Amino acid sequence: MTTSTVTVTAPSAARQTSGASDPRRLRLRRRLAQWGFVAPAVVFMLLFFGYPLVRNVVMSFQHYTPKTFFTGEAPFNGVDNWSKVFQDALFGKALWHTLVFTAGSLLGQFCIGLALAVFFSRRFPLNGVLRSLILLPWLVPMVVSGIVWRRILDQDTGVLNSFLDTIGLGGHTPWLTSPGMALLSVILVNIWIGIPFNMVILYGGLQEIPKELYEAASLDGASAWRSFRSVTLPMLRPVITVVLVLGFMSTVKILDLILALTDGGPADATQTLGTLTYQNSFVQLDFGAGAVVGNVLILVSAVFAVFYLRANRSEGK
Amino acid sequence: MSKRFNATTRYRFTSWTVGRQGRDPATACRGGRSHRAVVPLAVVSVLVAGAALSGCGRQPDSDTYTVLNSSTDETYHRWDAEAMARCGKQLGVTIEQQSVPAAQVMTKSLRMASSKSLPDIVQFDASEMPTFAEAGGLIDLRTLGLGTGDIPQGIVNFGSYKGTYYGAARSVNTLALFYNKDILAKAGLKVPTTWDELRESARTLTHGKQYGLALSAGGAEDGVFQFTPFMWSNGGDERQLDGPRVVEALDFWKSLLKDHSLSKSTVSWTQADVNDQFMAGNAAMMINGPWQVETLNTKKSLHWGIARIPVPKAGDKSVGPLGGAVLTVPDTGDRAREKTAGRIVACLSSEKEQLTYALNSWMVPANEKAAAQWRKRVPELDALADQVAAARSRTAEVGAGWSSVSLALQSAFQSALTGESSTSALKRAQQRATSGN
Repeated sequence: MTTSTVTVTAPSAARQTSGASDPRRLRLRRRLAQWGFVAPAVVFMLLFFGYPLVRNVVMSFQHYTPKTFFTGEAPFNGVDNWSKVFQDALFGKALWHTLVFTAGSLLGQFCIGLALAVFFSRRFPLNGVLRSLILLPWLVPMVVSGIVWRRILDQDTGVLNSFLDTIGLGGHTPWLTSPGMALLSVILVNIWIGIPFNMVILYGGLQEIPKELYEAASLDGASAWRSFRSVTLPMLRPVITVVLVLGFMSTVKILDLILALTDGGPADATQTLGTLTYQNSFVQLDFGAGAVVGNVLILVSAVFAVFYLRANRSEGK
Repeated sequence: MSKRFNATTRYRFTSWTVGRQGRDPATACRGGRSHRAVVPLAVVSVLVAGAALSGCGRQPDSDTYTVLNSSTDETYHRWDAEAMARCGKQLGVTIEQQSVPAAQVMTKSLRMASSKSLPDIVQFDASEMPTFAEAGGLIDLRTLGLGTGDIPQGIVNFGSYKGTYYGAARSVNTLALFYNKDILAKAGLKVPTTWDELRESARTLTHGKQYGLALSAGGAEDGVFQFTPFMWSNGGDERQLDGPRVVEALDFWKSLLKDHSLSKSTVSWTQADVNDQFMAGNAAMMINGPWQVETLNTKKSLHWGIARIPVPKAGDKSVGPLGGAVLTVPDTGDRAREKTAGRIVACLSSEKEQLTYALNSWMVPANEKAAAQWRKRVPELDALADQVAAARSRTAEVGAGWSSVSLALQSAFQSALTGESSTSALKRAQQRATSGN
């Protein structure tokens, strides 16, 4: 105000410009407003994401045991937890199972989901009813699905084996009881759970593709397969990225389904990073080791997140 | 539990109303566009955070004492509530119970310890108690005036860690051989008492959809609990998992599976699943515990009997695992409350309360006098009382290290039952159990 050099004659004009005339104050105000809008989000992120994340990393370098809860003391022990976890043969196994589980689940969910989405984007009677029925697995809580599937897949009394027996296909498959089969069975159940999500999002994406493109393609003499490859897939790419990334995030950290289906067994055949963290932290109460596995899981997700952001940026250009 | 819930809702409600009231004056006096939204938002976020943080603290009510237990089943919750009401009346206090699933008692107690809001009494599974005791979280019950005169030494040890008596058991349980009387009678078989007899009978009784024997070799504590009577009766030691006696016990399990006397699903069954199979007539015999009796009795057409778990050779002692929960008094720093908590534990584990609880839950009273009366009242479970008298605590040798032993053992018998040799599976288990600590 004091440095104002504007020569003003009319009082009405003066009132109008008195606030706005000072560029510094204006800027400050705008800055403040901007930060004000950002603040709740920042506070939220720091409190609920930043703090636990940092805490988890710190914890992985600490000797954190039940005693810590009483004394509050968790002495730093360097990389002891890390070397202990990495030397454990179970960690390598769990990492491998996690990768196989994630890749297998995503592949199955995505392919079947896409096929169903393409199928339902045609018009035919009962389309809506069938589409909503397919959503059911999504509505059932994960633990309920797990328990029901555990019964279905029981080797002696399960419905699936009885059915296979009736149609003359053996019927003694050790779905959950053989270490060689269990991981595959768990993946199959997870595919069943994931199909609706993939289908819904991809179906939405298909609706966005302009019909003219298909008309043009057919005028050019493109076959159905060709127009799927050259029109549908490229146009769906942004949606596909989202589906795969969200699918990855929810699959890589899998815990509840496996606990309900196999408890990580038989003979650790379905141990994943998620179940290993759980076992370390909440069964053995070795929170340091649990934090190490948790960090590895975060790291894996972070690598994937970077890929996602990259893909998104190139799409934006 | 309901109390906690109310507190949270009240906090949430308060912060919301304050946030909304805060919006109007802000809009009225400033008029600045930017502040209009920012101030209430900030107020709300600070209040929510404040409410969330202050929600951790718990103000104890002077005459209300809290027991944290795992009685989430309606029946157990009710029996406990009744016992607590009687003891509360006797001692002139109010006793409330907070029940969480068994697997969460330990982690919840640890969290409560770090936020200095421990309940007055915690009921731990006896295999978990040493972990909490080792962390320094429990009070020696003898210093609170609890006696152990009428309790058999085995059960005193069951509630002790490194010689200090921390946990008072109301009742204990163990495993026994349950058999279907009709099926055995029809086959003209006697109840097996040795491994050879068990193997032979199980083989004879296996036909069609029916297996001779059902047991749980699942990948959790259930399976380990079931393996211990075979390991211990054969002289095996949990500190030496790759010892020949343990290998023999596991080989015996493998032979049952090889004979097809056990279902291949054994590796995925919990003890509850085993009970379902037995009740459905899919198994002629099963290894299980008295907590299943309530369910077994709901099927009137099922005539079951109970016997000691067969031993390797005639004349060997049948050693089962002691199971059950113990009442402990955590160290809250408030000596006066701890004293009263000790009196509550004494009342809940008194001879009379033990008998009531044991008759309800079909478990064996820890107190000798109560157990003698219980035998007269429930003669059909006599074999169980014998088995309890010789049973052994899982943590007696390895203490807080039990969880590592248990995890290693689960993995080992599951590997062995699905193809690996017992020797190599147990060798790995021994390495894993010892590297864990």
